[in-house]
Amino acid sequence: MQQLQLNILSNTPLQVGIYHLRLASADLRFLDLVEHIRAGQFVNVAIRGKYLRRPISISDVDSESLSLVYKVVGEGTALLSQMSEGDKLDVLMPLGNGFTLARSGSRPVLIGGGVGVPPLLLLARQLLQQGIKADIVLGFNTRHDIILYNDFLSLGCPTLISTVDGSYGQKGLVTDVLKAQGANSVNTFFYACGPKPMLRALKEQMTIEGEISLEERMGCGFGVCMGCTCQTLQGSKRICREGPVFKASDVIF
Amino acid sequence: MMDKRLQILFSGLTLQNPVIPASGTYGYGLEFAELYDINCLGALSIKGTTVEPRHGNLTPRIAECEAGLLNSVGLQNPGVEEVKKTILPQLRQVYHQPIIANISGFSIDDYVYLTEAMSEEEQVEIIEVNISCPNVHNGGMSFGVDPLSAATITKAVKAVATKPVFVKLSPNVTDIVAIAKACEEAGADGLCLINTLLGMRIDIARRSAVLNNRYGGMSGPQIFPLALRMVNQVANATSLPIIGCGGVSSAKDVIEMMMAGAHAVEIGSANLIDPFVCKKIIEELPELMDRLKIENLTDIIGIIK
Ligand SMILES: Cc1cc2nc3c(=O)[nH]c(=O)nc-3n(C[C@H](O)[C@H](O)[C@H](O)COP(=O)(O)OP(=O)(O)OC[C@H]3O[C@@H](n4cnc5c(N)ncnc54)[C@H](O)[C@@H]3O)c2cc1C
Ligand SMILES: Cc1cc2nc3c(=O)[nH]c(=O)nc-3n(C[C@H](O)[C@H](O)[C@H](O)COP(=O)(O)O)c2cc1C
Ligand code: FES
Repeated sequence: MQQLQLNILSNTPLQVGIYHLRLASADLRFLDLVEHIRAGQFVNVAIRGKYLRRPISISDVDSESLSLVYKVVGEGTALLSQMSEGDKLDVLMPLGNGFTLARSGSRPVLIGGGVGVPPLLLLARQLLQQGIKADIVLGFNTRHDIILYNDFLSLGCPTLISTVDGSYGQKGLVTDVLKAQGANSVNTFFYACGPKPMLRALKEQMTIEGEISLEERMGCGFGVCMGCTCQTLQGSKRICREGPVFKASDVIF
Repeated sequence: MMDKRLQILFSGLTLQNPVIPASGTYGYGLEFAELYDINCLGALSIKGTTVEPRHGNLTPRIAECEAGLLNSVGLQNPGVEEVKKTILPQLRQVYHQPIIANISGFSIDDYVYLTEAMSEEEQVEIIEVNISCPNVHNGGMSFGVDPLSAATITKAVKAVATKPVFVKLSPNVTDIVAIAKACEEAGADGLCLINTLLGMRIDIARRSAVLNNRYGGMSGPQIFPLALRMVNQVANATSLPIIGCGGVSSAKDVIEMMMAGAHAVEIGSANLIDPFVCKKIIEELPELMDRLKIENLTDIIGIIK
């Protein structure tokens, strides 16, 4: 983990209330870190006017920048959305352990719900770099919440969208879509990130093995306050340190 | 390296400086040791240790406030045996300054057992007795809210301790001076104050408490003035060395806390948002002292009566 002052390259809306933030720095430590980012890792962003940092997943990286996609849900993310090109952000990164690419098998499925989708974009890209094309299944509330659809398509990944209100793609929850589509029979492994009820349902219904990324309110984000514990078959684990990605079968909801 | 001007002496100990990470905000130092050489610290107070391993409370355990946070971690820790067997040996690899063993019990027997167990550790130089825990034999009332039970614990712990005993006081009391005096009379070697204040936050959209536990300990800059006042009152009323704690986030705060009467200063929540804060404060102190014309830090302890 490093503490870095990053420059905002851009901070633009993808949808109403959902922003894509691109960060960069000439600091060599940053350039060294971005090379080794693993999908599923996150950053903890200091926001002026807010005491605690805000944890946000890394949604993409290239050789000189890092992307975050976040939804405005409260005061901290609202303040973040008001920052613009040229502003600086104090960031702790990279945090947590990412998804295990080596477990994917030949045809994994990536399952995302809402703002749980962003880290899956980097995962899809990193899998492709290993010659593995993943199936993508994304769920949103309405068509106005859909994000990163084109990004997955441009990777060439078969991408299925569902919305709860049926305003785009299949109507229903991602879990319904997966049942109908028979993901268990064709896919070798699943990777998921999204709201807790979605992850809990997936753990129940998937017959293939998988990894899920958990969220919790965090005090530090780097393992020292014990604020973010979850229970697993191996005992208490820190979501920010041993997670946020866990074997689905290990997590006790 | 060592700047004699920062050196602090109390209870037969010499600390190279007064800066100590507070229990529960620094883990066992291992994560920080990956970031910087933690041997710059004056001492290190480890996460509150209990007799048995504890899973802690249900999440959410963290609620943000304007200038700080609430926590309801619930003393999650692997238990004293594991701490002694695997964690302290790891810490010893990277850290050679004094360790403060913060202990938490639910009965007198717990405290006595933990004091004996931690006294055996060579690197432990202070036993810090967290009395903000519920007494299971007294309807769950905190030991720290009543002078008599605070004194009882102090006596019991002192009877077996081979290291200086500092009682860590709870601010959730009507008269902290009475508790401090009771600990002094019962033989405490020093005091640490303050622990967190009980607070609450509500998520008004969800119409529920933010913390699963409903209430939690409030910490951070928002409690600094209150902590400072309590340190000052206790410093004026007892002759024990005091480790001041509560909201300290800068070198300026350290000076202020020491002027109020603290011999050393614990830094808690600030570590969570700036992992380098302890190191920065230690590095900033000499220059600030120059500016304030402070020759040695010991000169300012308790100068405000
Ligand atoms: C590992 C991890 C990765 C995340 N990745 C993303 C992402 O890629 N995109 C995205 O939009 N959001 C992500 N989140 C959620 C994001 O952290 C919260 O939406 C954000 O902290 C809300 O801040 P706020 O001030 O706007 O909301 P408020 O509700 O005002 O925040 C109050 C407090 O609660 C905390 N909090 C509120 N909601 C959450 C939450 N869901 N998870 C954790 N803490 C929360 C805040 O950090 C803050 O301390 C992630 C969370 C975690 C733990
Ligand atoms: C997440 C967290 C965990 C804590 N755990 C302990 C603990 O185990 N034992 C203890 O005596 N105090 C514990 N405390 C209290 C701190 O040591 C300190 O007394 C308090 O937070 C006030 O200082 P601060 O405002 O600098 O944080 C904890 C505080 C926080 C924020
Ligand atoms: S947020 Fe502090 S340990 Fe995970």
